[in-house]
Amino acid sequence: MKFTLSWLSEHLETEAGVAEVVEAMTMAGLEVEHVDDPAARLAAFSVARIVEAVQHPNADRLRVCQVDTVDGRKEIVCGAPNARAGLTTIYAPIGTHIPGSGITLEPRAVRGVVSNGMLCSAAELETAEESDGILELDPALTVGAAAAEALGLEAVIDFEVTPNRPDWLGVVGIARDLAAAGLGRLKDPAIPPLPGAFASPIEIRLGGPEACPAFAGRLIRGLKNGPSPAWLQQRLKAIGLRPINALVDVTNLITYDRARPLHVYDAAKVAGGFIEARLGREGEEVAALDGKTYRVTPDMCVIADGSGAIGLGGVMGGAATGCSEATTEVFVESAWFDPIRTAQTGRETGIVSDAQYRFARGVDPASQVPGLELATRLILELCGGEASHVLDVGQAPSKAAPIRFDPAYVRRLAGLDISEARTWKILADLGFTRHGDTREGGTVIPPSWRQDVDGKADLVEEVARIAGYDALPAEPLPEAPRPAGGVLTPRQARMRVGRRALAAAGFQETITWSFTSHAAAILFGGGQESLVLANPISADLDCMRPSILPGLIDAVGRNARRGFPDCALFEIGPVFAGDNPADQRTAIAAVLAPHGPRRWDGAPPETLFDLKAGLLALLDELGAPVANLQLVQEGTPAWWRPGRAARLQLGAKAQIAAFGEVHPRVLKALDAPDPIYAFEIWLEAIPEPKKKAVKTKPALVLSPLMPLTRDFAFVVARDAPAGDLVRAVQSADRVLITGVRVFDVYEGPGVSDGSKSVAVEVTIQPKDKTLTDAEIDALSARIVAAAAKATGAKLRA
Amino acid sequence: MTDLAALEADLLARIAAAPAAAALEAVRLEALGKSGVVSALLKSLGAMSPDERRVQGPQINGLRDRIAAAIAERRSVLEDAELDARLAAGRLDLSLPAPPRRKGAVHPTMQVMDEMIAIFAEMGFALAEGPDIEDDFHNFTALNFPPRHPAREMHDTFFLQPGPDGEQKLLRTHTSPIQIRVMRKGNAEVGAPQFEPYRAPPIRIIGPGRVYRCDSDATHTPMFHQMEGLVIDRDIHMGHLKWTLDQFIARFFELEGVVTRFRPHHFPFTEPSAEMDVQCDRSAGQIRIGEGDDWLEILGGGMVHPNIIRNCGLDPDQWQGFAFGLGVDRLAALKYGMPDLRDMFASDTRWLAHYGFSAFAAPNPATGLS
Repeated sequence: MKFTLSWLSEHLETEAGVAEVVEAMTMAGLEVEHVDDPAARLAAFSVARIVEAVQHPNADRLRVCQVDTVDGRKEIVCGAPNARAGLTTIYAPIGTHIPGSGITLEPRAVRGVVSNGMLCSAAELETAEESDGILELDPALTVGAAAAEALGLEAVIDFEVTPNRPDWLGVVGIARDLAAAGLGRLKDPAIPPLPGAFASPIEIRLGGPEACPAFAGRLIRGLKNGPSPAWLQQRLKAIGLRPINALVDVTNLITYDRARPLHVYDAAKVAGGFIEARLGREGEEVAALDGKTYRVTPDMCVIADGSGAIGLGGVMGGAATGCSEATTEVFVESAWFDPIRTAQTGRETGIVSDAQYRFARGVDPASQVPGLELATRLILELCGGEASHVLDVGQAPSKAAPIRFDPAYVRRLAGLDISEARTWKILADLGFTRHGDTREGGTVIPPSWRQDVDGKADLVEEVARIAGYDALPAEPLPEAPRPAGGVLTPRQARMRVGRRALAAAGFQETITWSFTSHAAAILFGGGQESLVLANPISADLDCMRPSILPGLIDAVGRNARRGFPDCALFEIGPVFAGDNPADQRTAIAAVLAPHGPRRWDGAPPETLFDLKAGLLALLDELGAPVANLQLVQEGTPAWWRPGRAARLQLGAKAQIAAFGEVHPRVLKALDAPDPIYAFEIWLEAIPEPKKKAVKTKPALVLSPLMPLTRDFAFVVARDAPAGDLVRAVQSADRVLITGVRVFDVYEGPGVSDGSKSVAVEVTIQPKDKTLTDAEIDALSARIVAAAAKATGAKLRA
Repeated sequence: MTDLAALEADLLARIAAAPAAAALEAVRLEALGKSGVVSALLKSLGAMSPDERRVQGPQINGLRDRIAAAIAERRSVLEDAELDARLAAGRLDLSLPAPPRRKGAVHPTMQVMDEMIAIFAEMGFALAEGPDIEDDFHNFTALNFPPRHPAREMHDTFFLQPGPDGEQKLLRTHTSPIQIRVMRKGNAEVGAPQFEPYRAPPIRIIGPGRVYRCDSDATHTPMFHQMEGLVIDRDIHMGHLKWTLDQFIARFFELEGVVTRFRPHHFPFTEPSAEMDVQCDRSAGQIRIGEGDDWLEILGGGMVHPNIIRNCGLDPDQWQGFAFGLGVDRLAALKYGMPDLRDMFASDTRWLAHYGFSAFAAPNPATGLS
């Protein structure tokens, strides 16, 4: 919403300048977005008068002028055809930045004659799109007067109107709040009615309150339309509106002055002697004032006459009944249209008009007749003619209901110490009326233009807002008991541990979108219809992700295309298996793309086992029972490379994590370099640690006896998991055996086809006495037997 | 006698001259081996008379001990020399690069989230969470957005495809639905304990999370992070909100006496509503907080609308309090100087390395926040 100070002063007696008005607006909740102040923008420019203009000695089109300026008499070279002695125009001294040309003036010779400044055109000052010469101003202006003032330019304030305050879409609404805030005195905005001289030959019909509940109007005849006077044109132009003709300009003025949209029909073109507001009918069309034809739906409110639909109510009038310079009688509409219906019609037709914007936000339901009276006055003043009696049909719905209010509530809710008298004064200044002694169930009634106010908290806001939030005390929160174990749930604490552990392990944390492409979602086992976005921001971000991995793999691809294929990335965030809260899980996912430079020592890049080590270390940090995890390599999903992926689980129903090498086809589809190793952990699947009342750790018992090691080389089937063999060996004696490590895997001569040799080193920790040779031999036999039983392993000969 | 002395002198000279372990071993065998000369002399003692033995014994044994000692000493010298030579040959060019070690980093948004949690935890706030896919009730209706209200349109909501029952889920446009999940006892069970954060008042929580708006430019991304704050008690008023936010801003930007400005605004879910600006300087092309004479809007909040308290089954004449919302990514960008919010989600490894934080920089009260 834009306005100027001169417009504001129509409604507010004030001495305040732009800066004070802006500050007062900001502190009253009118958020100023932009101030265009020509006085500041054009500060360097001033009025000057050409005393003498002679032909330039070396150039046909240039003139050398002697100019009286704010800086004294100056010799200035000017190329404008209208530069002549006696002309009053605008001067810019050397050093001035010319906004229209982007040039900063420097002292330099123009074809041998030094120009000591510049005489300016309207285009150069950006007060007109184009101009064909320097400005020609009123000779009565004083040399040296500021350009902005001489050109009648004034500051324009643009501010954001919050959806609760449609009354701020009229200058009088702004003035009322500023007056309450102490910036000046509100002038009486009441409009005395003008009696009509005859009955309107056009009648108003309402086709039901759902279309249009209230409609006032009257006919004005014998008028002469034409361009509106300078003051009105200037007022509209200042805020960026284009003057059209007096009748239309009057409606635009009142729209911005009172937040009261109106419409004028050329009464001679209205057929059938009536104007009706009703719901649209299937098949109807409206040729609107913007030159486009709109298809009407039964959800829209249309204005119709005897010929059918002639306008979209509250949105845009029709071309057929529009006013032109030839119009001599006009029917003025001041109706009230339903906000929701108007908003919807705006959305469906794509029309954003000043009227549509105001009706969609809610126009003062008591403003039909006052708006009509104001329009009548202005039309009669500008165009002459005589007005009919007022027709006022229906009633606009008003929510304004009495609110029980005790001024002490201001202290209770806002913490603001303010006297009752001041509270009442503020509410009265804003148009609220008080009924009865409020302490005994008395009430406050909001004014008709404040449909947003429906409770006592709203009244507190009004009082605090006008008193100023500066006056609110900053009062410390009362002490509250802190939970002894910190404020994070175990799950939240785990996310934090996971983040720091992975960063310490060399992974960079990133954040990718929670949505991915439908195709990528399908590739990773998701993509169900319930997770597809109805209005995605782009086609490749149209589905909630089933996994973080496509986002991370895509990120590796993007880095690779920039020339940085070597990355280790992780993300902690949500993944979605459905649209219910229980379907959302938290995943910790990481990718390792080992594409670093070659190494001088010939050492290989990281392998899948490096990633596995990182994963197991992380799971341990997260408190997962790592020793009990089952590693299952069969039946891994299709996005993993066959044979190079596994899941870690605590039984089939508790999958904790999956890791592996990403399938080359998936990498190709996502345009990422091969190989990429990856893992994903599902945080909620990790059992929560048991809550312990006592934080003391169990006593540490260290054996005084040396551990000993024995090596065993087993021959097993080639595809038998080494992990099974390790577990079998471990199970031979859970007390004495404290470690089983694979130190060699061999296939080839000496081992039969289809088999492999797996050599393990077993650590044996005697407990209370040194083991005898016989005991060690017996343990060895148990180890061999356990391995044979579980995996069919035989000791290698 | 001269024989023994000559023999000893000869052996000692050869021992001293032995150039390597093998030559020394040869001398040792010659002297002390089974058939060595000194061994032969020792054996000859057995054939001697006791008197002769008494004289010869110590001399021959002495000879043997001295030779053995000389050999041991020479061996040690040779071994040292050998080790020195071996080590000298084993010189490494330590200017060669060490194996590369990856440098990890914590994302600045998450670092800032941890900073915020640390600040609010000290003020007694606990953490609550809600789901990213919300329903209309929690995201709008319960938060006092009337159906078909223009304020809903301003939220640029992402919708999911309507389900079989016609219900259209949406991506939460703000973290405020967490308020409802925390306050409303009548919430349906969702089957995910982390999203059932109901607690009876008094309440003091923060609720961080991802939020979504259908919007994209330098200052808007379709997904970003917010942190909700909610305090509900008997006598909490707007002055408490002002203090809490002042405290937060001062602690977060680590600036003593940073000037803030509290001014009226409108949100459907608070009444009265406010926005807070912080003093800043924009003259250098970059925003500097706590300097200059300009203002920067930094957060919004207000007193929880009585309708919301009522919607959650509480009596607004008994319980009242405040709520606020913070833009986490934006605060991170302001504090640490990232020019474009879109970079936050671009996963450029160079950006992550430059703006990321060490794993060990976890914010805590002892070392400071940053």
